[in-house]
Amino acid sequence: MIKYAISDSLIITKRQLLQLIRVPEVLIFSTIQPVMFVLLFRYVFGGSISTGIPGVDYVQLLMPGIFVQTVAFTLAGTAVGLAEDMQKGLIDRFRSLPISRSAVVFGRTLGDGALNIVVLAVMGLAGYAVGWRPSSGFFNVLLGFAFLLLFGFAMAWVGVLIGLSVRSARVANAAVFIAVFPLTFLSNAFAPTTGMPKALQYFAEWNPVSTMVAGCRELFGLQNIFGVTANSWPSQNPLEMSLIYMVIIMAIFIPLSVRKYINTASK
Amino acid sequence: MKSVIAENLVKTYDKGKVRALDGLSLDVEEGTVLGVLGPNGAGKTTTVRILATLLNPDSGHATVAGIDVIKNPSKVREVIGLSGQYAAVDETLTGWDNLTMFSRLYHLSPTAAKKRASELLEQFSLTDAAKRSIKTYSGGMRRRLDLAASLIVKPKILFLDEPTTGLDPRGRIEMWEVIQGLVKDGTTLLLTTQYLEEADQLANEIAVIDHGKVIARGTSDQLKKEVGGERLEIVAEAKDLNQVAEIVGKVSGGKVLVEEGSRQVSAPVTTGSRALIEAVRSLDDLGIHPLDIALKRPSLDDVFIALTGHVAEEKKSEELDAKEKRGRRK
Repeated sequence: MIKYAISDSLIITKRQLLQLIRVPEVLIFSTIQPVMFVLLFRYVFGGSISTGIPGVDYVQLLMPGIFVQTVAFTLAGTAVGLAEDMQKGLIDRFRSLPISRSAVVFGRTLGDGALNIVVLAVMGLAGYAVGWRPSSGFFNVLLGFAFLLLFGFAMAWVGVLIGLSVRSARVANAAVFIAVFPLTFLSNAFAPTTGMPKALQYFAEWNPVSTMVAGCRELFGLQNIFGVTANSWPSQNPLEMSLIYMVIIMAIFIPLSVRKYINTASK
Repeated sequence: MKSVIAENLVKTYDKGKVRALDGLSLDVEEGTVLGVLGPNGAGKTTTVRILATLLNPDSGHATVAGIDVIKNPSKVREVIGLSGQYAAVDETLTGWDNLTMFSRLYHLSPTAAKKRASELLEQFSLTDAAKRSIKTYSGGMRRRLDLAASLIVKPKILFLDEPTTGLDPRGRIEMWEVIQGLVKDGTTLLLTTQYLEEADQLANEIAVIDHGKVIARGTSDQLKKEVGGERLEIVAEAKDLNQVAEIVGKVSGGKVLVEEGSRQVSAPVTTGSRALIEAVRSLDDLGIHPLDIALKRPSLDDVFIALTGHVAEEKKSEELDAKEKRGRRK
């Protein structure tokens, strides 16, 4: 049973990777966009935002921010993909097969998580090209990327719930944008939180995106300088806090999403 | 043995406001084809979705191959094949990708999956298109691939939800041939359609449904009889009409209808082909050569109108239609 649950999921993941091979445009565009962000932020804001630390230019702080933003948006792909499968009747077909009830959603999140590997690699190279130099050594950098991948995987589960709840892929896209865009900007990802109104500062500090960004900055060898507005626990312990967030997200959204998948059918 | 039994299925949407199924019962004898005939919004898709374990009914119960679809859905999934109204295959992938993927999901080994995929592509004349993306397929090819995907493990019972909706006449006839081939191999089939001709062509028995209920069932012949018997119809030249009417009157014994405009004489008959022979003999004796002579039985269209009081077309109630579609997540 367990054996099938795993192999079924992997077959669904394989389907997604196969799609990328058959329609390479998807992969090309999903990497162009974050690279574009890297270039825009680096050259549009980079000149006017000062890090306040001599010898550390904006791009060092920016890259972890953009990495986190990009993986946070993993759920867009997940939500849109599932909503499309639903619209086209593929979910019906999967559901009429004698496969494990969670295979389709697990396979999907794994696939979307795997896509992040490619995207992050391309972004990392683009960052390097414009001056990003992590100073923490190979192992910590790798750990940082692992951290980002895990976050993407967790967010994909939020995407599953959205994708299965909306009525079309278009709605899914809009819903995701409304939910995630503010989260990534009400954070320390692109600018210091100290310039925000007090209430927003508190929000930004507890925002999982901020703790992720701060955590990645640490792992990439930077002091967490963007946004320590109080001596709160999340800003002091961003890595721990991020892990807690990820566990919470998965603990809530994995069971909810699987249940949603099972029940959408039998409503 | 009954392969499919549905008893008193009720399914409502929108907190009971829309009754998609309103006490629907039907059954399918093993190895036969039941055609479920009805207009859009009559509850065809909802019925199939319940029998294929995709939807739970509000009440009522159903078994497929003797297995309860509500209590034991995963066992049911092992013996059924489902091919829906919308070709549910992955359009970005090739035909080959799709069939190997679905074969693997039916837990065939990688080697067996490849073998089965080539067999099915061959069987459905898709070998040449195997390595092409589904996006390049014609409507008929897509449907055939969809059907192939539902036949991977040679299901005992097959559900086809409007298998030819949206196909051109050639695609439809090809699909019919494919389906007839399956039936010859002994597959039990429940097929929904809004095409009367299709039910006539493919089904041993027909269940006519409307407003979520079966309103009539029987063989196509029985249904036609239920609506009315045969009529003798003769078209002749205008000068012969009177004599023809006389002959038809004698053969029929019923009320003779003469339509001057179309030069047609008709009357109900009860003796079948004997009446036809009698009429031909009498006409021949008088040296009259009719332009057309036929024994007409009511078409399924006539049946549908007689049973439901409306033509078998899209129902006005758009709301119900929308609910049905949402139910199937169109």
